[in-house]
Amino acid sequence: MKASRFWAWLTFALGAAYFFIPLIATLEFSLRMRRGEYSFDAYRVVLGDMRFQETFAYSTIVACFTIVIGVLLVVPTAYWIRLRMPWIRPVVEFITLLPLIIPAIVIVFGYIRMYGSNSPLPFLATTRGTDVLLMIGYATLALPYMYRAVDTGLRTIDVRTLTEAAQVHGAGWTTIIARIILPNVLIAVLSGAFLTFAIVIGEFTMASLLNRPAFGPYLQNIGANRAYEPAALAVIAFAITWGCMSVIQVLSRFAPKSANNPN
Amino acid sequence: MSETFLSIQGVRKSFGQTTVVKDFNLDVARGEFVSFLGPSGCGKTTMLRTVAGFEEPTAGRIMIGGKDVTQLKPNQRNIGMVFQAYALFPNLTVAQNIAFGLKVAGAPKAEIDRRVEEMLGIIKLAEYGSRYPYQLSGGQQQRVALARALAPKPKLLLLDEPLSALDAKVRISLREEIRAIQKKLDITTIFVTHDQEEALSMSDRIVVMYDGKAEQVGTPFEIYNRPATKFVANFVGTLNVLDGTVIDPATATVRINDRDVSLKKGALNGAKAGDVLSLALRPEAIVLGKQDGRDTSLGGQISDVSFLGSVIRVRVGLGKHAVSLDTFNSPASPPPVVGEQAEISFSSSDLLVLH
Repeated sequence: MKASRFWAWLTFALGAAYFFIPLIATLEFSLRMRRGEYSFDAYRVVLGDMRFQETFAYSTIVACFTIVIGVLLVVPTAYWIRLRMPWIRPVVEFITLLPLIIPAIVIVFGYIRMYGSNSPLPFLATTRGTDVLLMIGYATLALPYMYRAVDTGLRTIDVRTLTEAAQVHGAGWTTIIARIILPNVLIAVLSGAFLTFAIVIGEFTMASLLNRPAFGPYLQNIGANRAYEPAALAVIAFAITWGCMSVIQVLSRFAPKSANNPN
Repeated sequence: MSETFLSIQGVRKSFGQTTVVKDFNLDVARGEFVSFLGPSGCGKTTMLRTVAGFEEPTAGRIMIGGKDVTQLKPNQRNIGMVFQAYALFPNLTVAQNIAFGLKVAGAPKAEIDRRVEEMLGIIKLAEYGSRYPYQLSGGQQQRVALARALAPKPKLLLLDEPLSALDAKVRISLREEIRAIQKKLDITTIFVTHDQEEALSMSDRIVVMYDGKAEQVGTPFEIYNRPATKFVANFVGTLNVLDGTVIDPATATVRINDRDVSLKKGALNGAKAGDVLSLALRPEAIVLGKQDGRDTSLGGQISDVSFLGSVIRVRVGLGKHAVSLDTFNSPASPPPVVGEQAEISFSSSDLLVLH
């Protein structure tokens, strides 16, 4: 074996060990609830807990709405920038990166001050309003991932020519986006959607400070008071994230192929 | 010319300080095939995009079928267009691509199906309706693009260098196919190309463009044989340019390489004795040696011989000039040899004075 290959494999093995050993340890620990033997008791307790079901269902619904907000916001924006305003792209990329730089706690305190019951937009005055604000907040947190995923998808197609071809055949903007652009970047949109889902499912700060019954605060609460269940929840959370990533991989096989890039 | 269908009146298009199309005027008859021919950057594609509605003219107006469409959006003009890069929708099958315009227009399903079948027949891809664009060759994709453009029965067909991305053999067969379909459907067509052979072989008329202006508008025969400007003469076909000094304006006599040559009356266009004119001569107007009916001959030396298959291109040095001429390849006679003395002859009436 060449020296360079040895070091490459060693680095890979160390990285894999760093990642997998804690995961395996967590999995192993989550199975030791019953004294002296392995069992799925911790998983049974967690999955049977009404609060788990309620918070997970709440976060799933919020994630779905967040994805819809993200798609409606990002797809037309990224499309229009590619088509008509390419010079503004660096500015928009910087804006979409801001949620990575500004901590979620700063954003949520800003929301609380801006959208309290005395403000002109009193989102926080009602439960439904707070849910909407939480979804908007999540859409903001997911913006860096959603924007990049969609922009990368748009890069693989000739946006301008396809738009013009559709226009000259009588299509208006809604038809162009719904029937030509969106289907051709669908895999990219789905990638962004699953990343958004993974972010929303585990998010703690915003949901906790806005006092919503989301999965993230539930995870934290269980972790503070139980021994084996938090480990089982961590494994479940990993499984959900990996499941999302696997779905992205499977769906990418069905991506529309171009003449230039048939595979 | 019969009834004008497309009328481009005084169109100017500027991007910032740069004017790309300058005072462009053209009337196109119904069913006519007109090519915009010119080098890159001459404004031909911008002019086509202005007709399509993708660019708004800075000045002037565009009429289609007697209606002013200058302010209409592309999707309101009832135009079909074929793009250089095919621009087929990758997520739709061939049949769905062809049906796109009809679906957008809200045509009934039965009519869409019938029209798609008809178009697949016209482009000879009847078996390919369920395939996706990436499963077709470049030539097939461009035929589908043509069918998609024609399916909604547009009033005007615009072709933006549709053959440029194809290999030479496919290009020739497809240009014949496009022309045959255009004639069959009798659809008014504007074709943009930088390939003179395409323009000459396909068009009813050619607009030679240079620097945003129409240098000359005419039939392929007129453009090739009677170029109006030096640019047209140089751009269309191969051209030999000889300097001729005016000896006697009254008899239109000029001197080329110490040989006096009489041109057609009026050819000097007001030039005075002593003026030096640029005289153009097509390679096919020159023969090696003397030949009956050719009144002028000049002596020189063969400087280059290029074998082009059925034709041999010979370059002959004539003092400070050199001219190219074509002779047919004959297996029975050997090709000319570089360095040999040679005499060329031509008809003085074939000389064009370039202005």
